[in-house]
Amino acid sequence: MRDFFKRIPEQALRILTLFILLAAVLFVVRQFIIPPELKDTDLQKISSMEREAAREVKYAGFHICSECHEKEKNIKKSGYHRDLSCESCHGAAQKHTENPTEVKPSSPRKRDYCSYCHTYNSSRPTGFPQINPHTHNPMRPCITCHNPHNPVPPKVPGSCAACHAQIERTKVTSYHALLECTVCHNTPEKHKTTPRVVRPTKPDKREFCGKCHDKSAHVKGVPTVDMATHGEKYVCWQCHYPHMLGGI
Amino acid sequence: MDRRDFLKNLGLCIFSGGIIGGLSADAWAKLIHKDYDPAKHYYGMGIDIDKCIGCGRCMQACKTENDVPIAPFYFRTWVERYVIRTDHSVSVNTINMGVDEPSDLFIERDVLRSFFVPKLCNQCDHPPCVQVCPVGATFKTDDGVILVDSKRCIGCRYCIQACPYGARFLHPQTRVADKCTFCYHRLVRGMLPACVEVCPKQARVFGDTKSFASPLGRFVRMNKIHVLKPYLNTEPKVYYANLDGEVN
Repeated sequence: MRDFFKRIPEQALRILTLFILLAAVLFVVRQFIIPPELKDTDLQKISSMEREAAREVKYAGFHICSECHEKEKNIKKSGYHRDLSCESCHGAAQKHTENPTEVKPSSPRKRDYCSYCHTYNSSRPTGFPQINPHTHNPMRPCITCHNPHNPVPPKVPGSCAACHAQIERTKVTSYHALLECTVCHNTPEKHKTTPRVVRPTKPDKREFCGKCHDKSAHVKGVPTVDMATHGEKYVCWQCHYPHMLGGI
Repeated sequence: MDRRDFLKNLGLCIFSGGIIGGLSADAWAKLIHKDYDPAKHYYGMGIDIDKCIGCGRCMQACKTENDVPIAPFYFRTWVERYVIRTDHSVSVNTINMGVDEPSDLFIERDVLRSFFVPKLCNQCDHPPCVQVCPVGATFKTDDGVILVDSKRCIGCRYCIQACPYGARFLHPQTRVADKCTFCYHRLVRGMLPACVEVCPKQARVFGDTKSFASPLGRFVRMNKIHVLKPYLNTEPKVYYANLDGEVN
């Protein structure tokens, strides 16, 4: 054996050593330095899938909400919004499920959120409830009249509409939509049978409107003025038509 | 070493190699997510055009869930609005997350028909993007989802060019190709993709194409189904119901 090595020329031995060294480096690099998923396609796929699967979930899914919010679930389950996932409106809530007290999901309260779905658009399927946000009670948040968990058209007092339908139609889109006609018009029962003989009253004093709109009245969400200085000699309805859109 | 010993050793070697190989593959497979077995599923999505109201909640949810940049042009899923006029001219534009500009209004008398088409990666059975990737970074998983290995992708944009549906984009931050993954991280946890989760009209249906009883199984049985660009033989797994002939 020793003779065999001696018989190999010096230069051949050197080049052989070099090759062996290179092979060893190559082996080390391939075996220990290159990660396994770069050598094997299947492993590459799996490691990539694993990375994809480890991403953070942000939408918790509709099942989990009803575990705590049973009341809302029961309201919602028979209404028009029954098919809506909670997170369609309230946004991604995975963090809220993990830490319910500190992280709260958003609650859209402005008109623009509802109008994502309910603004009239000719491309929307026929029969889907749509409104024109410029004429449908503008400036008012939708939730003042519609409960988003069970949205139904608000009940407007209907008894006067049989004759005064025009006023009724104007009024439903005004700020006073939810007020009964009889709040302002004192209507004797006989008005229904002999409308021209027995007439309902109109508010003839400034103080009547002042009950809600004076600055001393604290009715939530109602615009107020100082009745002492605001248009002192006129009755309110001489400038503000109370049935009208916006009340002006 | 005689022949008997050699054969014995060879047999042992093959056997032990098999055990080691099998073990390591198993160990990797378990890592994807808990007991999730990709081979047991084959996912697809159904989209009912007649139900889509173009509210853009799916686009919003997708961007939130998958950290897609909020800026326009980067979409994993998007909704196109088709307007076909009486002179049969077609205009298509991607909706702006549900906010419709007033300038978008047109003379309705001129409109023959109009509708919304939600789009996303079709997760083709024969994906052109996988064929063209020069580094093998994009691949099809056993559950039928096309994924991009973000570590291997070199951002050459070949796949973006090759996709006939325009479903891919170059992520501006990571500089690698990005696309819809059917929310793979949600699938492995048994959850629905974010867009399906939030769709208020259930225009999107998700499920297993292998399963008869899954919502998708029912969807493809109950509707007349069409896919996008069937002549390309990409065999998409996004199935459209009530799709108009003008859509491509």
